[in-house]
Amino acid sequence: MQIFAFYLFASVVLASGAMCIFSRNPVHSVLWLILAFFNAAGLMVLVGAEFIAALLVIVYVGAVAVLFLFVVMMLDIDFAELRAGFMKHLPLGLLLALVLVVEIIFGVGAWQSSGMGQATAAVGIPEGAPSNIEQLGALLYTKYVFLFEAAGMILLVAMVGAIVLTHRTRSGVRKQNVANQVARRPEDATRNTQPEVGKGVEL
Amino acid sequence: MTEFLQSSFLGAEFGWLVATLALILLIALPLMLAVAMIIYVDRKIWAAMALRRGPNVVGPFGLLQSFADGLKVFLQETIIPSSANKGLFLLAPIITFTVALLAWAVIPFGEDMVLANINIGLLYILAISSLGVYGVVIAGWASNSKYPFFSAMRAAAQMISYEVSIGFILISVVLFAGTFNLTEIVLSQEGHIFGMVNAYGMNPLLFPMAVVFLIASMAETARHPFDLTEAESELVAGYQTEYSSMSFALFWLGEYANILLMCALNVILFWGGWLPPLDVDWIPWFDIPGIIWLFGKMFFFFFIFSWVMATVPRYRYDQLMRLGWKIFLPLSLLWVVLVSGYVMIDKFGLPL
Repeated sequence: MQIFAFYLFASVVLASGAMCIFSRNPVHSVLWLILAFFNAAGLMVLVGAEFIAALLVIVYVGAVAVLFLFVVMMLDIDFAELRAGFMKHLPLGLLLALVLVVEIIFGVGAWQSSGMGQATAAVGIPEGAPSNIEQLGALLYTKYVFLFEAAGMILLVAMVGAIVLTHRTRSGVRKQNVANQVARRPEDATRNTQPEVGKGVEL
Repeated sequence: MTEFLQSSFLGAEFGWLVATLALILLIALPLMLAVAMIIYVDRKIWAAMALRRGPNVVGPFGLLQSFADGLKVFLQETIIPSSANKGLFLLAPIITFTVALLAWAVIPFGEDMVLANINIGLLYILAISSLGVYGVVIAGWASNSKYPFFSAMRAAAQMISYEVSIGFILISVVLFAGTFNLTEIVLSQEGHIFGMVNAYGMNPLLFPMAVVFLIASMAETARHPFDLTEAESELVAGYQTEYSSMSFALFWLGEYANILLMCALNVILFWGGWLPPLDVDWIPWFDIPGIIWLFGKMFFFFFIFSWVMATVPRYRYDQLMRLGWKIFLPLSLLWVVLVSGYVMIDKFGLPL
């Protein structure tokens, strides 16, 4: 059952990753990317990291990819122009791909030669161990608390920076003051008059 | 049932598969029936508040109205606009419907009545509800039409905005309960205040969050007064404009299944799930099956949803965004700090 699920998720991840690159329509690309994220989350569940899987779906599928989709849908893309740029950027792309492959080979080699792979595979997750979330929390908020806080600060600075960069105060805009609107009463806004016949009302 | 089937001739693995499939059907089919009936209830409540009769022709008291509507929709022609992106156009309602059903896997109907009793139940719910936006966005884009596209943009922005504050609200509940498991969250509410009340919502610290969650769940399901995605005065029928027949019906079913899910979440997180309201013995509360309590409370919250739909005028789009980002987000963030401080003092005493 697990083997079947693993091959299902893994093959869908690979296939949708490939389709993400090869599909002509950028919106389709984003949708394939989302499928890849989703199946990667499935793989995480299989190795017992259900918290990471949930985070992957919530953060990447639920928020980041929605924004991607949002932006890509609004773009007006000229496909001919896109394809013309393909040959120009091909050498750089191939170089990047090569670097990535070499890195993966080194990574896997280091993992196997150090025996980490066998060690963790043999242990597995013991029955009745504290859940993922508890273990991650126990590590993050004790041993790595300063790194964790630093990461949080960096994100905060990035967020403030993004707002500062994009914020501009526009002149000539009449903004509504909601508190004023709520505080407005009929007595302030209306007035009863009884004009005489043939006379108007002074506004 | 799982043990029984596993010990029968089917064997452990196959028996588990059959049992799980049966349990899924046991949840999904009554859910569909409940959706059909709740649409009828919705229309009846709405009619009563407008001093109308509501559906009263098909079947006794019009009870079969939803089924008649379903049959009508089923017999209609499926129209696919010629400039639409066909695959995605047909995929979108399927996504909406499937996602609306997925979340029910972790909803506990009783102490042991849950399909998947997983540790990260609440995170699972968050993850699934964040998927719901895709059905709408894809539908809007694939229709290749103005109004559905506007509606999809609105839906994406709205759901993301309100999900943030919903996340913070859930965190404050999780801090109190000490677990992400929905069953344990309900159990931790038993005898919450001086061993009396079975609800986090009655806790003065969590009551504001219960209210905010109720409103945010209306916004999250794009229900009145936040139904800007299908505001008929501006966007015809929103993302459903180009849809007809079964693909339209799937949107409809998914929408109401989501509303029921949000009612269930309100009940489970804040109002004691399947537990009776008070944790006292002199009233025979506990003799009533828990599932009846759960459904009763869910119905109450659905009534509130309908009530709001019948009485509150629709928000403007900037008001919606203001409420989400400028009021709910700071409020729920503040409450996470307050609640974590309270839990800290409760567990470890004042840091003196």
